[in-house]
Amino acid sequence: MAGTVQESPTEPDPGGPGGSVVTTDDGGSTGRVGDRVFAGLSVGSAVLIVIVLAGVAIFLLEQGLPALGNSGESAYGKDNIWAYVGPLLFGTLLAALIAMIIATPLAIGVALVISHYAPRRIATAFGWLIDLLAAIPSVVYGLWGINFLALNLVPVYNWMGDNLGWLPFFEGPVPNSGRTMMTGGIVLAVMALPIITAICREIFAQTPKMHQEAALALGATRWEMIRMTVFPYARSGMFSAVLLGLGRALGETMAIALVLPPSVLVSLNLITAEGASSTIAANIANNFGNASGSKVDTLIFSGLVLFVITFAVNFLGRAIAARGQVKG
Amino acid sequence: MAKSIDVSDLNIYYGDFLAVEGVNMTIRARSVTAFIGPSGCGKSTFLRSLNRMHEVIPGARVEGKVMVDGQSLYDPGVDPVSVRRQIGMVFQRPNPFPTMSIYDNVLAGKRLNAKRLGKKASDELVEKSLRGANLWTEVKDRLNKPGMGLSGGQQQRLCIARAIAVEPQVLLMDEPCSALDPISTSAIEDLIHELKSDYTIVIVTHNMQQAARVSDETGFFNLKATGEPGHLVEFNPTKKMFSNPDEESTEAYISGRFG
Repeated sequence: MAGTVQESPTEPDPGGPGGSVVTTDDGGSTGRVGDRVFAGLSVGSAVLIVIVLAGVAIFLLEQGLPALGNSGESAYGKDNIWAYVGPLLFGTLLAALIAMIIATPLAIGVALVISHYAPRRIATAFGWLIDLLAAIPSVVYGLWGINFLALNLVPVYNWMGDNLGWLPFFEGPVPNSGRTMMTGGIVLAVMALPIITAICREIFAQTPKMHQEAALALGATRWEMIRMTVFPYARSGMFSAVLLGLGRALGETMAIALVLPPSVLVSLNLITAEGASSTIAANIANNFGNASGSKVDTLIFSGLVLFVITFAVNFLGRAIAARGQVKG
Repeated sequence: MAKSIDVSDLNIYYGDFLAVEGVNMTIRARSVTAFIGPSGCGKSTFLRSLNRMHEVIPGARVEGKVMVDGQSLYDPGVDPVSVRRQIGMVFQRPNPFPTMSIYDNVLAGKRLNAKRLGKKASDELVEKSLRGANLWTEVKDRLNKPGMGLSGGQQQRLCIARAIAVEPQVLLMDEPCSALDPISTSAIEDLIHELKSDYTIVIVTHNMQQAARVSDETGFFNLKATGEPGHLVEFNPTKKMFSNPDEESTEAYISGRFG
């Protein structure tokens, strides 16, 4: 203790009152030093994050923007850069959209089971299991997707092609490998599931007891109680959860690089090999190793597009979530 | 509409823990019955067992009988949800639904019955319930504002309006005034007086003057000793309880010589 007392007056800035408080008790002055150290650390971390983000943005702009004029060879054989990046962007958004359509209801259901339906002991174990899904490396998801899921989905796709073929999404023909947009979306859904579930169940569990009891005392069933109190309370949180899941789905690389064939095209047909456009992230992973010269710029430009899209999605989401909070 | 409640040999457990032991009483229809007693003696637990709300807590269960108008609440075939639709409850802290307007709060319970209410019927029910809760004149111009914007006392009356909108047979109140100031408390007490002509009211209170003011009959709950289950010490007309109670411990508690 004595050591800290002697050190502390020497620490503060000379201009501050530190010099005149040599005689203050040790609790006060060490507390002040602690405050400063902590304030410095947190401000420093905040600034660092902004610098890193700015650094990434500057790098992408500097390296990517020159590729705007690329065409032909340097745009991988396309007429202009947008003809190359556009389909990739489309593939990215489509895969993420499929993933969210599948993952959102599933995750909310699982989160409700954990927070409100299952007995506590089972719920805890079940929660751990879902969390474990997040710990699986994405390359493993990719291998599972290509060697197990895709093959097993082929009969399902065949059935869809036969019975739902009048919808443009399910026209077929179904490839024997099962490597389709739908498979990619499903793999992404499984990967996004633990994030969405974990956040949703935390918010669901925080719903005030008094409101839940109010609903139950009015004669609400458990589901009615959830609709009256849990969902309105958790709405903006659920939205943020879905956005974080969407963030993962948009940026996911390895699993998609393995599952989807590396083609660049626009198609809404979800269950053909020809209709499966790769995503920006997977395309960069597939091509960057062999790229040189202006092709590198093209790939970096596609990264810039992904960066902007992810940024925009997050901003939009935060704005909507904030609006929801004011209402609640 | 209002109904009486017969309780016989009721034991209430939380898991293996016996919280309330051996309660026998008859709660008369169209009267106000108050429960008093020190904290932790099981009066709230007992109150919540009257509409099966204590079951919300995992592991809670009862032994014994609760009969409402000859129908046992705890028969295996009885759905707790339908019990709660007949026996409404008002809680210690006002708990209007935060995302709903005043109007929607009043209708919340009614809408659960799945029957579609027309606009006119809804308006009438809202007015009737809010008038019943002495809140109509204060809120009639802002029915579409959130219920959370009201003062604490108004919120509590909104909760009472919400409870009586489903026309229950019994209204349970768990320390409804403990979070309110004296003026709001007095408003709620006046309301209890008016409601008793239509409903059977059971109220838990820490305030003995309140019990004396509003109730027709009073039950005194106490612990036999620390760690022992709570039990009903005495159940008598309020006048008798506060002037000439049968039990010495009742007198000690009421007069403040508790221990």
